[in-house]
Amino acid sequence: MRHHGLTGWLFVAPALCLTSVFFLWPLAMVGWISAHNWPLIGRPRWIGWRNYLSILDDEIFLGAVRFTVTYAVLITPILFIVAFVLALLANTKRRGVGLFRTIWFLPTSIGISTASVLWVWMLNGDVGVFTTILNALGLALGPVQYLDSTGAATVAASTMVVWKTAGFTMVLLLVGLQGIPIELHEAARIDGASYWQDFRHVTLPLMRRSLRLALVLSVTGSLLVFEPFYIITRGGPQNGTISIVYWIYNSAFGSFRVGYAAALAIVLLAMVLAINLAQLVLLRDPDDA
Amino acid sequence: MSAAIVQVPPARWRPGQALIVWIYYAVCGAITLAFLFPIAWVLFSSVHANAGSVPSPGWLPATLTWENYAALANVGSGLWRYLGNSVAVAVGSALGVAIIGSLAAYGFSRFRFVGRRLAFILVLAAIMVPFQTVLTPLFIVLRLIGLQNSLVGLGLVYTTFHLPLGVMIMLAAFDAVPRSLDEAAMIDGAGPAAILLRVLLPLVAPSLVTVMLINFIASWNEFLAALILMTDQSNYTMPVMLVTISFGYLGAVDWGALQAGTVITMLPCLALTVAFQRYYVQGLLAGATKG
Repeated sequence: MRHHGLTGWLFVAPALCLTSVFFLWPLAMVGWISAHNWPLIGRPRWIGWRNYLSILDDEIFLGAVRFTVTYAVLITPILFIVAFVLALLANTKRRGVGLFRTIWFLPTSIGISTASVLWVWMLNGDVGVFTTILNALGLALGPVQYLDSTGAATVAASTMVVWKTAGFTMVLLLVGLQGIPIELHEAARIDGASYWQDFRHVTLPLMRRSLRLALVLSVTGSLLVFEPFYIITRGGPQNGTISIVYWIYNSAFGSFRVGYAAALAIVLLAMVLAINLAQLVLLRDPDDA
Repeated sequence: MSAAIVQVPPARWRPGQALIVWIYYAVCGAITLAFLFPIAWVLFSSVHANAGSVPSPGWLPATLTWENYAALANVGSGLWRYLGNSVAVAVGSALGVAIIGSLAAYGFSRFRFVGRRLAFILVLAAIMVPFQTVLTPLFIVLRLIGLQNSLVGLGLVYTTFHLPLGVMIMLAAFDAVPRSLDEAAMIDGAGPAAILLRVLLPLVAPSLVTVMLINFIASWNEFLAALILMTDQSNYTMPVMLVTISFGYLGAVDWGALQAGTVITMLPCLALTVAFQRYYVQGLLAGATKG
């Protein structure tokens, strides 16, 4: 190990500069801005806690919190079940399994906004393929509107999210599955365990780490959801599918209340950090400590 | 991804086993079709003349047509402008993270200096904070330094927010290289820069590929920051242009242009994923386990 004090700094300096200007400075500003009535153009005015107090009267934001939490609670188990089935199917050496894995993983690399636009088209009542299929199967006659109720719109957007993200969750779980020593499965078999008993008492307990990781990613990712509900459902119908980030975006760049949006961002940041912390504590693995 | 077999292979062939294999392939085949369908359908429709109307079960078009792609030339500032913007921002930030991240990781890996620990925490801090929460002040900061509505600004923002993961991947790679190699080169008279360029970089090339790949794809696909920071339509990237088409701001929704635009936006990512799947998966896994 060498001790050139300055040389080390020189190598780290560009990264530190970028981080300071484009991350630390804005981060420090969030709190400052949130204590102001800060229009996008014009002079900011100090108003102390007032932005935080008006959050409590903001029915749309409270609705967005309820909606986003409900979405996170609903989509996480569905994503887990789909991804777990995919991981179990992909965890063999049968011929062609590599092709299956590649294709199931493929939507991961498509951007969430691009995927949303793709599904806007497929879900369209007039030109969309889902309407064509339902008509061809005789299950519907004429255009089908998937986005005219909050429930159906949420299901439609969530289906896209599962299609796009299940492949990556599968890979996460696959890493956990393949980390289990094969001898343990063989020992369970020799002891007369059925496939289900092996899964329940060998596979699941040994996958705690992977499951916990996938859980944290799914819940925080869902709390930060924006594109599906901005692009596919556009927050509708009747503001029923507005997510938290959507409302922050709208407050800052739709109604130009930058200070208020900053206060909302701090609430969101606190939520995400609290949930990450809670998950780590609640799901702590005794072996890890 | 090397697979381990869960079941102990059967000693000899049994009729029941054949049924299980048959069911396995039927199930996997059906799932594969479902996952592939949206991609295949938009590829198919984008070169189909009657993309707007519900196709009859006549299916395959008699002739391929590029009219949907040609229509993109007339959208806003034209396809080439948006494609150029996306390529510039994605390539720029991929190179930016690779270069600046490698330099920082080398500094952290091979040097001890005053404030090293603090610098390390500051550079990696962005991992803990979802970038959605700082987007509003970021808009104001960029305006203050004159980089708002600028592709350079957007590229620097992407570089900054992808930097922590890049530093972590490169740091792990550098730490895995024995220090005796540096020392041998130093005895031969090589300076720190020469050691990094000639000795270490060739050895960590796979990690460098991973870093560039995940950053190219992430920047290429990013939507929210581009939507907020690019106020001029001619500076939009492909994802923002696509959403603009889907909202029908430019009149009625041109479904043909939307299909062609979707294909152009997703194809590079799909091709890179197929070609470099191992690198891409490793990069995403590094990102997932960073917390």
